[in-house]
Amino acid sequence: MPTAATKEIDARGSFCPGPLMELIRAIRDADVGDTIAILSKDPGSRTDIPAWVAKAKHEMVEISDEDGYSRYVVKKAR
Amino acid sequence: MPAEILVLGGGVGGSRTANLLARQLPAGSARVRVVDATGLHVYQPGFLYLAFGQANGGWLARDLRSLLRRDVGLIVDRARRIDTDAKVVHLEQEGPVGYDHLVIATGSHLDHASVPGLTQGAHGFYSLKDAERLREELRAFQGGTVIVGIAGMPYKCPPAPVEFVLLLEEYLRKRGVRDRTTIKFLSPLNRVFTIESASQMVAPIFEQKGIELHTFVNIESVDPDKRQVLSLEGETFDYDLAVLVPPHRGADVITASGLGDRGGWLPTDRHSLRVEGVDDVYAIGDCTDLPISKSGSTAHYEAHPIVEQIVAAVEGRAPEPKKARYEGQVMCFFEMGDRKATIIRFDYDHPPGPPKPSVVWHLAKWGFNRAYWYFVPRGIF
Repeated sequence: MPTAATKEIDARGSFCPGPLMELIRAIRDADVGDTIAILSKDPGSRTDIPAWVAKAKHEMVEISDEDGYSRYVVKKAR
Repeated sequence: MPAEILVLGGGVGGSRTANLLARQLPAGSARVRVVDATGLHVYQPGFLYLAFGQANGGWLARDLRSLLRRDVGLIVDRARRIDTDAKVVHLEQEGPVGYDHLVIATGSHLDHASVPGLTQGAHGFYSLKDAERLREELRAFQGGTVIVGIAGMPYKCPPAPVEFVLLLEEYLRKRGVRDRTTIKFLSPLNRVFTIESASQMVAPIFEQKGIELHTFVNIESVDPDKRQVLSLEGETFDYDLAVLVPPHRGADVITASGLGDRGGWLPTDRHSLRVEGVDDVYAIGDCTDLPISKSGSTAHYEAHPIVEQIVAAVEGRAPEPKKARYEGQVMCFFEMGDRKATIIRFDYDHPPGPPKPSVVWHLAKWGFNRAYWYFVPRGIF
């Protein structure tokens, strides 16, 4: 069972502005403790998303590979 | 009784949709009207050039009436509330106006106030007023540290800050103050630009032109007294001139009608462009919550599937599936400075592969800037 999230964003096909920017936007709008799930087909997300989450000091809860895309679950920690 | 079709907003999406509808609908089958608060259509990509004194305000704005077909009505008024149950839009002056089909094209709006210190401490080029003010500041600029960055997501025209910094470098060099200036580009990502292929193209140009790249910088606030920019990630940057993209929000009418999310963006189906949970309402352009570019180009392509669905409904037939489905098409020119540019084209399933920057694409962009008025809002091209 995939981890449930407070908000889920389908960013598949989002090359511009891109899945990471959608995640940052959602994190800004979220409350501390919320979890955001983002769906991405962009292979760059595999490095971009965990790197940003670490720098911004949030929590990378889960990365799962689905059929042709990946699902990233991030918790807003501060 | 002819069908009542109301289009809120006379920007790229609104004017193009209204003109295409009027052209394609059988005579007498419908009345198409556009509601716009200003009655003015502004070519916003021109703000970039305005900041460097390469365009003027008159070149960038036209009377909306002159861009609409004669059989499209124009109501210059402000929409205050949309009642999707009663299928009525309440206008400030005219009062309630009913519709059978509604197209919301109310755009995105700058929200300087949501970033502390932004209004007092930073310049911008995302409005006519801001671009004109920045032009005067740049003319007087004698050197120091310039910061170019993004103070909120989402924002219109994702390549624009990169285009700006490259044109700025060229401008300062030509003015003879480049050697006294440090230019810092604060990217919200861990590379120059969201699209990796475009980033790989731009990064060596930054290096060659001595533009410092700082990654993972999402601007949170500005301290106008200390002249500092502070990031969401916890960093501080000193500046003499800060040029920042302000956060954007959906239109007030969306929020007032209880239709939008926290940012005032309309929940929209990515293929049909119907507003979710309501009947006979479509969203086009910047006002949607779709995770794609907020740009005129997006609205340009989105007009066609909306028009097909409305025309089919008026004619009492099923829409042609292929024509009625938006596949995420976007196309934009990308200025690189020194009379070079590239072009970015993609859709939901095909990532972009921009060609090598060249003068050809720069001239194509300038050609488009001029040809825009004749083709895009009128729905001819």
